[in-house]
Amino acid sequence: MAAEGKAIDALSQFQLATSLGPIGASVNFTQSNLYMIFAAAIILGLMTWGMRARAVVPGRWQSLAESAYEFIHRMVTDQVGEEGKRFFPFVFTLFMFVLVGNMLGLFPYAFTFTSHIAVTFGLAAIVFVLITVVAWSLHGKKFFGYFFPEGAPLWLAPIIVPVEIVSYLSRPVSLSIRLFANMVAGHVMLKVFATFVVMLAGLGAVGPFIAVMPLAINVALVGFEVLVAFLQAYVFAILTCIYLHDAVHLH
Amino acid sequence: MPQLDFANPLMMSKLVWLLIIFGFLFFVLKNYALPQVASVLDERAARIAADLNAARDAQAAGEAALAEIRAATAAARAEAQAAIAAAMVEAQTKSAAQAAEINARLATQVAQAEQQVRAARDQAMGALREVAGETATAMLSRLAIAAPANDVTAAVDRAASQGAR
Repeated sequence: MAAEGKAIDALSQFQLATSLGPIGASVNFTQSNLYMIFAAAIILGLMTWGMRARAVVPGRWQSLAESAYEFIHRMVTDQVGEEGKRFFPFVFTLFMFVLVGNMLGLFPYAFTFTSHIAVTFGLAAIVFVLITVVAWSLHGKKFFGYFFPEGAPLWLAPIIVPVEIVSYLSRPVSLSIRLFANMVAGHVMLKVFATFVVMLAGLGAVGPFIAVMPLAINVALVGFEVLVAFLQAYVFAILTCIYLHDAVHLH
Repeated sequence: MPQLDFANPLMMSKLVWLLIIFGFLFFVLKNYALPQVASVLDERAARIAADLNAARDAQAAGEAALAEIRAATAAARAEAQAAIAAAMVEAQTKSAAQAAEINARLATQVAQAEQQVRAARDQAMGALREVAGETATAMLSRLAIAAPANDVTAAVDRAASQGAR
């Protein structure tokens, strides 16, 4: 699908389609959802099959599963505190889902479900609903004190309160757009430079030699994208932890 | 941009499937997979703690045994030194007694010897005086000088006592 008709077509990779044949089509099951299932299967496989040895001295897969567990566990306890331990399964699911989704998307022909604003916003909306419900159930009406910090002069209220409300409401937006934009940008760049490789390679005798340049860029970009895939999953998880901290402690 | 094509019915269905899959993943991880990992980690932590405790106990026991050995060594050394000191005192007293005995015996022997020497000398002096008296009278008679025997012996005695000085 690269360089069809000698035109750069970087966006068709994000086109949704139904998958799993007629059964999938009848329930509008998209290829995006198929990759979500792959991601879930990989995560569950790692955390159950990888841990099956239950060894005191872990092997490779058990090490990986344990370090993922401990990485997120430390993040949650550091950011939210001891009360945050009950949110650990949620943050772990979120982090692993986004991370594996990002990584899966880097395989050729794979679909990156985190490159859809609907998906990232859906995840961010879950976070937003969670932090609001937690803050409300822990603090009741004092939750509104969140929008006006104690000790601020009262005459500043008309400025502070709207600003705080807007910043609170913009959390899911920034959370989802950050992940979405990063993934889209990376995949568009990869596709554009991959198209250059094909186009330049067709330019006669010297073409293949010139085409090495965008190919080299693409190799570097893939490495960079691996970093971004991890970093964005990390950012998503740690911002969730920070929001949870605010919800539990109110500033 | 296909991501912003919200009119696409697949957009909404995809979101519903996302919630289903994410919810399923969350449920399985929370109730099955993560507790298992936690139990493995807890077991390991418990085992490490138990091993550390055992090692600490063994170390304490070893230190106690070492202290015991040190105390025993110190006691044995003190005992040995006391025995050495006692033996040395005994030997010194014994040798002092022996030395005193020998000194006393030597002193008596020296005294006896001196006495014998003195007696021998006195005897020799007596004999000498007799011989000197006889010689003097013989010389006087040869010179035809008549002298009483008492005067001669008195003169010889005087000369002998002057010579003995």
